[in-house]
Amino acid sequence: MKAFAELLTRLAFSPGRNAKLAHLAHYFRDVPDPERGYALAALTGNLDMGTAKPALVRGLVADRVDAELFAMSYDYVGDLAETVALIWPTRQDPRDIGLSEVVEALTGSGKVEAARLIAGWLDALEASERYALIKLVTGSMRVGVSTRMALTALASNGTVPIEEIEELWTGFVPPYLDLFAWVEGGPKPEVLARAPFRPVMLSTPTNEDELAARDPSEYAAEWKWDGIRIQAACEGGAARLYTRTGEDISHSFPDLVERMQFTGTLDGELLVRRDDVVAPFGDLQKRLGRKSPGKALLNSHPAALRLYDVLMWEGKDLRGQPFDARRAALENAVAQMNEPRFDASPLLEFATWDDLAALRANPPDPVIEGVMLKRRDSVYQAGRPRGPWFKWKRDAMTVDAVLMYAQRGHGKRSGFYSDFTFGLWDGEMLVPVGKAYSGFTDEELLRLDRFVRNNTTERFGPVRSLAPKLAVEVAFEGLNRSTRHKSGVAMRFPRIARIRWDKPVEEADVLDTLKALLPPET
Amino acid sequence: MRFEDLLIPKPEGLYCPPGDFYIDPVKPVSRALITHGHADHARSGHAAVMASQQTLDIMAIRYGEDFTKTRQTAEGRTTVGDVTVSFHPAGHVLGSCQIAVEQGGTRAVVSGDYSRVANPACAPFEPVDCDLFITEATFALPVFNHPPPSQEIGRLLDSVREFPERAHLVGAYALGKAQRVIMLLREAGYDAPIFIHGALQRLCDYHIEQGIPLGDLRPATMDKAEAKKLREAVVIAPPSAFASPWVQRFADPVISFASGWMQIRARARQRGVELPLIVSDHVDWPDLTRTLEELNPEEFWITHGRDDALMRWADLTQRKARPLHLVGYEEEGE
Repeated sequence: MKAFAELLTRLAFSPGRNAKLAHLAHYFRDVPDPERGYALAALTGNLDMGTAKPALVRGLVADRVDAELFAMSYDYVGDLAETVALIWPTRQDPRDIGLSEVVEALTGSGKVEAARLIAGWLDALEASERYALIKLVTGSMRVGVSTRMALTALASNGTVPIEEIEELWTGFVPPYLDLFAWVEGGPKPEVLARAPFRPVMLSTPTNEDELAARDPSEYAAEWKWDGIRIQAACEGGAARLYTRTGEDISHSFPDLVERMQFTGTLDGELLVRRDDVVAPFGDLQKRLGRKSPGKALLNSHPAALRLYDVLMWEGKDLRGQPFDARRAALENAVAQMNEPRFDASPLLEFATWDDLAALRANPPDPVIEGVMLKRRDSVYQAGRPRGPWFKWKRDAMTVDAVLMYAQRGHGKRSGFYSDFTFGLWDGEMLVPVGKAYSGFTDEELLRLDRFVRNNTTERFGPVRSLAPKLAVEVAFEGLNRSTRHKSGVAMRFPRIARIRWDKPVEEADVLDTLKALLPPET
Repeated sequence: MRFEDLLIPKPEGLYCPPGDFYIDPVKPVSRALITHGHADHARSGHAAVMASQQTLDIMAIRYGEDFTKTRQTAEGRTTVGDVTVSFHPAGHVLGSCQIAVEQGGTRAVVSGDYSRVANPACAPFEPVDCDLFITEATFALPVFNHPPPSQEIGRLLDSVREFPERAHLVGAYALGKAQRVIMLLREAGYDAPIFIHGALQRLCDYHIEQGIPLGDLRPATMDKAEAKKLREAVVIAPPSAFASPWVQRFADPVISFASGWMQIRARARQRGVELPLIVSDHVDWPDLTRTLEELNPEEFWITHGRDDALMRWADLTQRKARPLHLVGYEEEGE
């Protein structure tokens, strides 16, 4: 448990993706089987043991620690698992307890037995290990590791491409002995997962200038819908919905899964759609992350699939075929399914780039973010190859805002104030509307850092409050209503497009200007 | 006699009427007895100061030779007014002492800040039999259960080896913690030069003069290009330096912080720390309660820090205790 506890601590405090990957890779390299396999399962949410409720842990500590002392401690620490881990009386005979011991003993044990086991382990471990154990048995890791990140780290220890691992991933079971052996140079396992995730093909951004050099007749175009890119896989009675990073989110969308009666793998956009009207992204967000949505939500926010591509159909792998052939197969598949919640995203008619630019400038639906271009002869290739597929996004929205707070960055930006909160005017007051970490060059960062240091009015730990003296043009991809933000709005992908050293802050935009850009209320 | 006739809390600090002196006063007074050199306990401007030789030296380094009009080095048992005082090592930082105050067969011991964990940078805590023990309570909550410092330094060295190209910047206060971290590194076999921020130089020099072998220390004044070439580098700096442009010379550092507060994740997060190290100069909950059990005084008082949990513990173990609510000592404590 020691190595796993240290991994969790390092992951929890590592701000950057690269550092997280390194911690994971070193762990998978240094820790033996089956320990590392159970850790991988825990991190990716695939540990299938009856989880203990926090109340059980709380009950155990109540038998050992004075209630008043516990209450003072919990009040101070603010986190139940952490308080219990720290306050649990340490015994003098520590013992190392492996994840495998925990998983194997807890699987299939009853409530009373589980409580006895957990208490025994807590007695034998030290504080940071106790914390890891409690997180493990209550099934709440929350260390910011996606399945894709964990597998990327695993892949970096060997020569097997991440795409191959992702494709077989759902067929492996903890503690993944054959997976680790394969990554470390062993034979490729014969894994037969039902309805596995197939690594997704992604596009690169483009613009007018780049397109001018290309022949429009070689490309098909379709709308880029503002939902969630999704893969719908059905095979041998198993139906699964995956995000483009391979997270299985089937449980959140029972209304779609029950309609998936085909055999194949489809690529498309997950949307909330009421009859023919596609709802704004904010509506979809209400469905995401909801583990078991209630009937009311299913009715008020019905999900739908708008399909872009077909990878497998009735046992045939179509990925090696050109886009045009796959498109024909997709249209056949949609007709064959005859399911009103699934449709194919329409192809756009255009002869010249100017035609397409006109369509892009004036899309028929507000939930369109731009257009996608796909070479008609392109095969379906995992990853983000440069060339066959382009996204040509609608121009970003912008507002002129005023910098309000700055926070020090991490990693390569250690010591630099690089994370900014900006606001808009509401009468005489500035109301924060978002945060931006990017969009400026290294030289601009130096100048911003100097600005922050010279214009600080207050400090709160790593955060500085700034005199309202600098306007910035903020670009963003979309806007949602939000009850969690004081301003009532939440921006998507905000970044600093230009620093307006020249602009008097009084001329920055007002909050109502931003609110006018909100999609209509539903 | 009543303990209140020997020592009473006043706005200036803990006062001894029969000796007419204060212990660690927070305002200028005519006579001060100082437990140790941390700025919230040792202030300049008192007319007369009595402390260990090392504490007097440290105050002179920090405030200049004129920090007081008269100094007296504490040695053995000394009469001050109508009481007898003696200084005993507290194991907190170099020169730190508990102060025993006696009159008519009654002895009170003022702990100052203290620690029971072996510290190669100072003398160990000496238990002194007493009727009244006046204790600090910086980490007086049962959640403070500090791991052995050698284990934490092991975590630092593991990280240094795991990320040799990233300089490891360890935040540590200039008096005590910085030298302790350096000594822990040396004890763990790390014998490379250790880089120190300028604010630590004079106090590190003083420790070396006092026979604490800190090894090869280099000023952390390299430029960006030199910083980039470093491998497996450890840099010690006061935590405030992380907010200054000084830190910008390091390309992608691991920010660490050595403090007892690092045991609480939310605290570490507030600090923006990537590698929290739990290294404390104060007693944690088990050591604090063990010390009270071991000394078993007739009564104990709590100077500063958290008193609610300790009062509850006194209730549960049927001990007589009293919170003094002395103000002016930093809540941070480390």
